[in-house]
Amino acid sequence: MPFRNPSASQIQAIKAAVFLLCCLPAARLAFGWFDGTLGANPIEAITHSTGEWTLRMLLITLAVTPLRRMTGLHWLLRLRRMLGLFAFAYASLHFSTYVWLDLYFDWNAIALDILERPFITVGFAAFVLLIPLAATSNGYAIRRMGGRQWQALHRSVYGIAILAIVHYWWLVKADLLKPIIYASILAALLAARAWWRELERRRQLATPPASPGFKGKVIRIVPK
Amino acid sequence: MLIKRPSDIPPSEITPRELFDNRRRFIRDAGLLTVAGLTGLGGLNANAFAATSGQSLGPLLASPFSTDEEQTDLKSVTSYNNFYEFGTDKTDPLANAHKMQVRPWTVSVEGLAGKPRTFDIDDLIKLAPLEERIYRLRCVEAWSMVVPWVGFPLAALLKEVDPLGSAKYVEFVTHYDPEIMLRRPVIDWPYTEGLRMDEAMHPLTLLSFGLYGEVLPNQNGAPVRLVVPWKYGFKSIKSLVTIRLVENEPATAWNKAAPQEYGFYSNVNPEVSHPRWSQATERRIGELRRRPTLMFNGYADQVASLYQGMDLKKHY
Ligand code: HEM
Repeated sequence: MPFRNPSASQIQAIKAAVFLLCCLPAARLAFGWFDGTLGANPIEAITHSTGEWTLRMLLITLAVTPLRRMTGLHWLLRLRRMLGLFAFAYASLHFSTYVWLDLYFDWNAIALDILERPFITVGFAAFVLLIPLAATSNGYAIRRMGGRQWQALHRSVYGIAILAIVHYWWLVKADLLKPIIYASILAALLAARAWWRELERRRQLATPPASPGFKGKVIRIVPK
Repeated sequence: MLIKRPSDIPPSEITPRELFDNRRRFIRDAGLLTVAGLTGLGGLNANAFAATSGQSLGPLLASPFSTDEEQTDLKSVTSYNNFYEFGTDKTDPLANAHKMQVRPWTVSVEGLAGKPRTFDIDDLIKLAPLEERIYRLRCVEAWSMVVPWVGFPLAALLKEVDPLGSAKYVEFVTHYDPEIMLRRPVIDWPYTEGLRMDEAMHPLTLLSFGLYGEVLPNQNGAPVRLVVPWKYGFKSIKSLVTIRLVENEPATAWNKAAPQEYGFYSNVNPEVSHPRWSQATERRIGELRRRPTLMFNGYADQVASLYQGMDLKKHY
């Protein structure tokens, strides 16, 4: 299989390509805005597109580990940080669109929305919770925090994805088709994660003691 | 900071309307002539032409109800639509509504009427002189347009069938054809709407056959729709097939879908928020900033008296 062990320079090339791909939706919106090709309501078009891309990038980020396990392409992990940061970048664009283009810094209306409109409340929570993850997506933070703590913090991305789905679910008027599709994808990703944890637990339980003659008490380290 | 807005394109840079129309008319007429020639149809009457969206509806009476605000450009009016039967994205109706056949078409006016009757669309359009009514249209999603509709008051049609004293409400039904329309039950098809009798008889309530002086495009609710300018847009039901005079408040599609969000009255009211978004402001299509929403969409002088003594927070 090609790409099983790409060289460092190949990885760099893949990263650059993925980076450019992830920029495309934003570039299309920027061109469309100045071209006047975003339809009759360009601000709505940008809000919807950046929102949907935030959600897609979140789900793509969450898909890295399952994909890696299924394909054995371990280098996929090296893309994860960039993908996660793109999720945050699109969330920032989405939030800025709302604050700037849509409500034009009407802080009163923004505060009321965040407090009174449940779909905005959960969307805002999702965005705010992404900030510490983005801020610690670098080698320095990992070293400072230590792997365990860092991992615990970054596991909150699953909760954030759930909030994002709820945000979408609550904002559609009647047609739940797309929120249902995204929710199913997230459910599958969560199920895969739970399944692998269970397999790992069983594997560890089934591992025999180190030496056959060992008579002492075996303390197993089993993931919760 | 200033943002360049797309609507800054000077009108002179847009294809002149006449040119655009002539081109379309040429293409269409060429097609019709070919058909006429091939089939030996000599006497294509005017109504066959009138069935085509984009065809001029002839001289129109002006109306004192018209606003002089800047009209939303035709392209936006005909490409940004909510017509869920043809898909739930704003651009879906433009892409799909052409599948709907608008001739032959009949509108049945039935129920508590002395002279119930089924109208052929080509007779219906001649029932009263056609007027141009330039109305504000406020969608419940907090955007708005200014549309030059063509039509006559619904009252002219209702008087024709002699409503009985027991008729207190009017129920409206949209055409539904699962062969060409959405089958997923996003809404309980067919789409239905309703008005109280005095709302239906109000001179502002328009039965519309066209916009911008021409036959309604399918995505805007051809061949005939309702326009109730002081209510949220979804009350202005499209592609009408049935008008029923009834005694009790009829069920309406959006009210059935989400009763806490869409009331029977659904009058434009900046003080009563939709549970999920504010109704205090709106974005006029073509403009960048939001503007304040007006009570009854700016038609309070004409219609506020209909609701005297009613708690509009309760009867939203
Ligand atoms: C991780 C964070 C977020 C995600 C994943 C997200 C995702 C989405 C998605 C998928 C949509 C619908 C797009 C469509 O209809 O095609 C949307 C719409 C929207 N979002 Fe977010 N969003 C997030 C945060 C926020 C925040 C912080 C705000 C504002 C405070 C916000 C405000 C809105 C608004 C106003 C809409 C449009 C609603 C409408 O048109 O009715 N979102 N978002």
